[in-house]
Amino acid sequence: MTFEQILFILFAGIVVGGAASVLLQRNPLYSAFSLITTFVGLACLYVTLKAQFLGVVQIVVYAGAIMMLFVFVIMLLNIRDEDTAVDPNRFLVYLTIPLGAILLGALLYVVTKVNLAQPTGDEGGTVERIGTNLLTKYLLPFEATSVLILMAVVGALHLAKREKE
Amino acid sequence: MPLELLVEWTIKLLIGFVILMTTVAYLSLFERRMLGFMQMRQGPNRVGPFGLLQPVADGLKFIFKEDITPLAADKFLYVMAPALSLVPALMTFVLIPIGGEMKIPFIDRPIALHVTSVNVGVLAILAMTGMGVYGIVMAGYASNNKYSLMGGLRSSAQLVSYELAMSMSIVGVLLQAGSLDLVKIVANQGGWGGMQWHVFWFQPLGFIIFLISMVAETNRAPFDLPEAESELVAGFHTEYSSMKFAMFFIAEYANMVTASAMATVLFLGGWQGPGVAQLPLLGPFYFVAKMLFFLFLYIWLRASLPRLRYDQLMDFGWKFLLPLALINIVISATVAVVLL
Amino acid sequence: MNLLFELPPLPTLRDTMLIVPELMLTLFACAALVVDIALPRGKKSLTAWFCLVGIGFVALALVQQYTLNADKLPVDAFYQMARIDGLSLVFRGIFLLAAALSIVLSVKYLDVENEQRGEYYALILFATTGMMFMAIGSDLISIYIGLELMALTVYVLVGYLKRNERSNEAAMKYFFMGIFSSAVLLYGMSILYGVTGRTNLGQISEAIAGYTQNGQLQGEGDPRMMLILALVLIGAGLLFKIAAVPFHMWAPDAYEGAPTSVTAFMSVGPKAAAYVLLARVLLFGLGPLRDMEGLPGWSIMLGVVAALTMTVGNIGAVTQENIKRMLAYSSIAQAGYIMLGVLAGTQMGYRGVVFHLVIYTLMNTGAFTVIISLHRKGIIGEKVDDLNGLFAKAPGVAVMMLVFMLSLAGIPTTAGFIGKYFLFGSLIQSGKPWMVYLAVIAVVNTAISFYYYARFIRAMFLNPLKEEAPLTLSQPMRVTMAVSAVLVMLFGIYPQPLIKVADLAAKSISTVYAQASGIASN
Repeated sequence: MTFEQILFILFAGIVVGGAASVLLQRNPLYSAFSLITTFVGLACLYVTLKAQFLGVVQIVVYAGAIMMLFVFVIMLLNIRDEDTAVDPNRFLVYLTIPLGAILLGALLYVVTKVNLAQPTGDEGGTVERIGTNLLTKYLLPFEATSVLILMAVVGALHLAKREKE
Repeated sequence: MPLELLVEWTIKLLIGFVILMTTVAYLSLFERRMLGFMQMRQGPNRVGPFGLLQPVADGLKFIFKEDITPLAADKFLYVMAPALSLVPALMTFVLIPIGGEMKIPFIDRPIALHVTSVNVGVLAILAMTGMGVYGIVMAGYASNNKYSLMGGLRSSAQLVSYELAMSMSIVGVLLQAGSLDLVKIVANQGGWGGMQWHVFWFQPLGFIIFLISMVAETNRAPFDLPEAESELVAGFHTEYSSMKFAMFFIAEYANMVTASAMATVLFLGGWQGPGVAQLPLLGPFYFVAKMLFFLFLYIWLRASLPRLRYDQLMDFGWKFLLPLALINIVISATVAVVLL
Repeated sequence: MNLLFELPPLPTLRDTMLIVPELMLTLFACAALVVDIALPRGKKSLTAWFCLVGIGFVALALVQQYTLNADKLPVDAFYQMARIDGLSLVFRGIFLLAAALSIVLSVKYLDVENEQRGEYYALILFATTGMMFMAIGSDLISIYIGLELMALTVYVLVGYLKRNERSNEAAMKYFFMGIFSSAVLLYGMSILYGVTGRTNLGQISEAIAGYTQNGQLQGEGDPRMMLILALVLIGAGLLFKIAAVPFHMWAPDAYEGAPTSVTAFMSVGPKAAAYVLLARVLLFGLGPLRDMEGLPGWSIMLGVVAALTMTVGNIGAVTQENIKRMLAYSSIAQAGYIMLGVLAGTQMGYRGVVFHLVIYTLMNTGAFTVIISLHRKGIIGEKVDDLNGLFAKAPGVAVMMLVFMLSLAGIPTTAGFIGKYFLFGSLIQSGKPWMVYLAVIAVVNTAISFYYYARFIRAMFLNPLKEEAPLTLSQPMRVTMAVSAVLVMLFGIYPQPLIKVADLAAKSISTVYAQASGIASN
């Protein structure tokens, strides 16, 4: 086993373990913290794939900023435990297990059987590459995203603004 | 991976860790002595000559104190929180270059005075310091105490707000240096006989914004609202004692050291200075001197400024610093295109 | 500053010229926010007219874009992120029409609700911008950004009446379902990218076609299994936006709770936008997956969904008492009809899709205008009973409503009939037995739909008058309603002009699609 493989197994374990923990925790705050673990693990995976910029941004944006807001809201609402009342649609939860297994099986089957597109192998993850790509090849979606964010600000302001009356 | 490199990294990591921990220990003494001096009193001067053994005494005291876990606390998070706060604080120092490349006896190749240099250095440091917030938030929540919770909430809001202004103020430097790599940023400030620092060279505004938000980011006076003792007892670490408290304490001081190092690297030319080109050994000394200047500034601020009110703090961050940082970006971009 | 590598060429002025309509719309949306601040309280409705003028200018830009590029279509821009072709030109026209109509009928509604604000109109323009980006996008990334721009705006619009509980509840439901469907869509897109290594739809199509040459699989394994998984996930995400069964559950609740003016908008604009995406992704990107040997292709899947959608929509509508819910189910059913044109895969089918969408926009917003006029201070006016005796009170409005209902039902001499004729006809024309059965199901469904459309007509013309309060109708609303009604009748009798427009879009699909999958078009 190469050094890269050991790292991959380690980080992939963190990702999968964190994701499972998000679902299994009863306390929403624990779920949020598990999600942060998942994001950090993902960031590490990106770094091992030579996408350092993506990895760091994953931590700054998702683990740092977005999850911070999640945690903030959960703490402000002070939700201690999940609503323990019996959910009438409980059977749906158990239905997800076979469905998930089918999906997993299909993915595993295909991944082991099929030659998927190979990575190009260039140093795509550096800041220079990503910056250049954003302003040339992906200029249109990049600028459209700025419109999207502007719109989100306007919408959030409208919904959250306190009425004077 | 060659074994030689692994050994080199391990040694560097150890040296870095030792330096950082010693700095933190003596920073606490330095702070108390300085505060004493500014307030016309003695400060701790009994343990050892000039009180130099005081940090050792403090350390022993922390170890021997009773470790209390409140009954109503969330045990797991309560134990995790100090660790989560300390680890990122210690990790960030890995990326700081404290000197250029130099010859060391018995080794035939030049050794760079930083543990590692990554393509996204500045962002990586921001990412790690950003993770440190969770320790504080977790501590506030896990203590199950309203003062702690308030402290945790305040600090998370404060850190997220000032992180924006801080990151934005750095953009000007990045534009000028053309890289996010801390080593390259320092190298970019080597002109004018080692005095072409970014603070003199188009980034004074960015420097001031960074300085202010750096103080806020480390939760220090006058922005120390998360642990405002007059209203919140001791904020998020009210319930902590013994080594767990010590870990928060070390994290706070380590963060101060890292922030000072960042300010030095980004704006004051890192290890650059007159004569470094001829005598590389001067580099680390310049670096430490500049860093000490910032650490002194921290203490000076604490001694002289009253604490802000919470809404003033938020208004200042969002309505003043952030727009100012945006203006700085526009100016820097123009400068970078026109003059560089 | 020196870079370590060659800088690829920046997009040029030519690229920028090709997205001028989108740029203008964005600018008008931003300007509307500023205009709103400048206007004094009580004059805020002027923002609406400002936005209408903006839409007019954008429409002119669109026409000019067509005249300048008519002979070189399709044109790619921004590294193939955007594609200007007949499809995107016509659909962007439909979006502008939907936006303009709903702005006109919003003014009065917001006055009644006392929520007259400029953001509303700016948000409508932002949503329209998103839809336009969806129409021109020919890359998974640009498509997705456009989709999110539209979807996020519509979530906000549904919850626009923030002091109204129903509006809040609807927004919440729609938001949660919507983001979930977006996640499913993205998951599908990521699998598609993982298999083919491309995000551009044209290149994806080429890559997929490369797996099977002369019916023989190339290389080891069968990537089509994975592609079908991606197809199902992407399809689920898109069908959610269309509100096709089984992804329709949100629609009645969201339609009922949303402000009626927003319901009018979201039942036409975003729905048309989702259709253009469905057409783009299925026909341009996943064309080779249409029919596969030994594996289910998307045509058969879409066929099942279409049959379910029509049936559930129509049967659901029969029992409704709330007009908005009934129209929600009716629009689910209409979505099922329109799907038939996509899966028929002929020029006639595509023509039917575009034709029916234009007419649907006119007749649905027309019907919602009538509902809005029933809404007065203190009167919700959303029950079928609220239409009672409308003919006695306002004969003109009642007659126009009659036209819209007959057209929705697809009675001959209205344009709705022509649309359905193309849609159902294309199935029979295709000659495949299962498609013919599908056409039969569609006709049976149309018969069911007569029942509930007729309930409106009975209420308006036969039932005695119940509520004396006058309708809230502004002059512009009357005018747009009349124009819509006249157009619906006109295109029912003389459809040639609209068929020409529809063919512009239909041709651009069938030519590209034929190249991609080797299916002959007629």
